Amino acid sequence: MSLAKRIIPCLDVDNGRVVKGVQFVDIRDAGDPVEVAKRYDQQGADEITFLDITATAHQRETLVHVVEEVANQVFIPLTVGGGIRSLDDVRTMLNAGADKVAINSAAIFNPGFVKGACDTFGSQCIVIAIDAKKVNTADGSDKWEIFTHGGRKETGIDAIEWAKKMQALGAGELLVTSMDKDGTKSGFDLPLTRAIADSVSIPVIASGGVGTLEDLCDGITEGHAEAVLAASIFHFGEHSVIEAKQTMQQQGIEVRL
Amino acid sequence: MADQKLITVVDYGMGNLRSVAKAAEHVAAPNTRICISQKLQDIEDADAVIFPGQGAAKACMQALQTSGIDHAILKSAAEKPFLGICMGLQVLMTASEENQGVNCLNLYKGHAKAFDLADFPKLKIPHMGWNQIHQTQDHPLWHQIPQDSRFYFVHSYYVAPNDRSIIAGTSRHGITFTSAIAHNNLFAIQAHPEKSSAAGLQLFKNFLHWNPQ
Repeated sequence: MSLAKRIIPCLDVDNGRVVKGVQFVDIRDAGDPVEVAKRYDQQGADEITFLDITATAHQRETLVHVVEEVANQVFIPLTVGGGIRSLDDVRTMLNAGADKVAINSAAIFNPGFVKGACDTFGSQCIVIAIDAKKVNTADGSDKWEIFTHGGRKETGIDAIEWAKKMQALGAGELLVTSMDKDGTKSGFDLPLTRAIADSVSIPVIASGGVGTLEDLCDGITEGHAEAVLAASIFHFGEHSVIEAKQTMQQQGIEVRL
Repeated sequence: MADQKLITVVDYGMGNLRSVAKAAEHVAAPNTRICISQKLQDIEDADAVIFPGQGAAKACMQALQTSGIDHAILKSAAEKPFLGICMGLQVLMTASEENQGVNCLNLYKGHAKAFDLADFPKLKIPHMGWNQIHQTQDHPLWHQIPQDSRFYFVHSYYVAPNDRSIIAGTSRHGITFTSAIAHNNLFAIQAHPEKSSAAGLQLFKNFLHWNPQ
C-alpha cells in the first residue's frame, strides 16, 4: 500500500462551458462544467483541472463562478490554469474553491512571481505548467525548449533546467505538456516526461498526446510521472476513468479504485 | 433556536476554508449551522470545532498567537468535539521541524518531522495524492469508512507523537507515518477529508454526529 498514481481529466472551459477542439478548430461542446466534473468524480477521477482557453476579462468572471459552482458540489482537488498572472489572480481562484493554480507564461516573464506565489500561498497550491517542444541539436541528442503562446513562441529556455529552477523557487508540482504530441493521440513524449521527472524531486504530471489507455500507463511506467492528464479520451465517452484505472491496475500500477 | 447546532470552522488566515465548510455543509443535518469565523466568541459558542490549516508552520503559529486563537483552540480541544485537519494536526504537537524549528501548541508531546526519503529516491515530496489510511483503532470517526480507504494528502511533514496510544491511523510513503490521531473528544487527520470524495464526506458526517463522552 502506498501513494496511488493519479488520473486527472482536463476540462477546457470557454465562456462557462466545457469545450474540446481538435487542434483549435472544430470546437465541440462537451457540456456543463458542474455536470462533467460530477461525472468524473463518480468515475473515480483523482483531481480535475480546468483550463481557461479564452481569458478575456468578462469570461474570467464566468470562470470564477464555474470554479465556485464545481467546488460546492465536487469534493476532490481542483486545479485552475490559463491566464494566471498575479498574486490577485491566484487568490481569486483559491477563494473561488480551487486547490491549486497552474502558472505558465507568467512564470517565464517573471520568475519572481512564482516565488512570491509559493511564499504567499504555499508550494502545495502552485503548479508550474511547462510547454516543451523538441529542438534539433548538432549531435542529435534529446533536447527540449520551453514555448509560450500555445507553442508558437520559442523562449530558448531548456526545459529540464527550467523544471529544476521552478522547483528551487518553490513550485509544488510540474505539469509537463509536449507541444509536439498535444492533440496527436499518439501518446506522451515519454523521453521528455522521464527526463524532467528524473531531474526533480517534486511530482510531475504528464500531458499531451493521450490516445489510448496504454498511453496513460506508459506515462507512469516509462515516463516516471506521478499523474497523467487527459481530455478528449474521457469527454466523448471513448473511455471512462474507471476503465483507465482498471487498465493501469492490470499493469501493476497502484491506483485508487 | 435551542436545538440548533453550531459548528465553527476556525479561520486564522491560513488557507481557503470554504471547501472545508462546503463539505461539512454537504452532509450536515438541517439544524446545523456551519460558520467560518475568526471570532473567539464563535469558537467559544460552538458545539463542535473544525481546525483546518495549510501553509507553513511558522506562519500558522504566528497567526494563531497574534489573534489569541491559540488559547481558544486549546480550550475547545479540551472540552468539545474537535477535528484538526492537515496543519491543524501538526500544530497540536510540541514543535515542528519546518522553518528551522517552530514551537507549536504542545497539546501532544512529539514533533512534526520532515520526510527523510534518502532510502527512497523515487518517492516525491510533497507527499501529494491519494494514499491509504490504515485504521489502527476503532473510532466513531472511522464508522462506515472501509479499512485502508484512500484519502487525499498534500504535505511535506508528518507528526510523530510520543504517546503511541493516540495514533488512530497510519499511512505509508517510504516510511510508515501517523496520519490520524484520536484522544478523548479530539480527532485530527493529516489528509484533507474535504477533498477526499466519499470517504472524506463520511468522515465529516461521522464528526457531526459524534458525541464523545
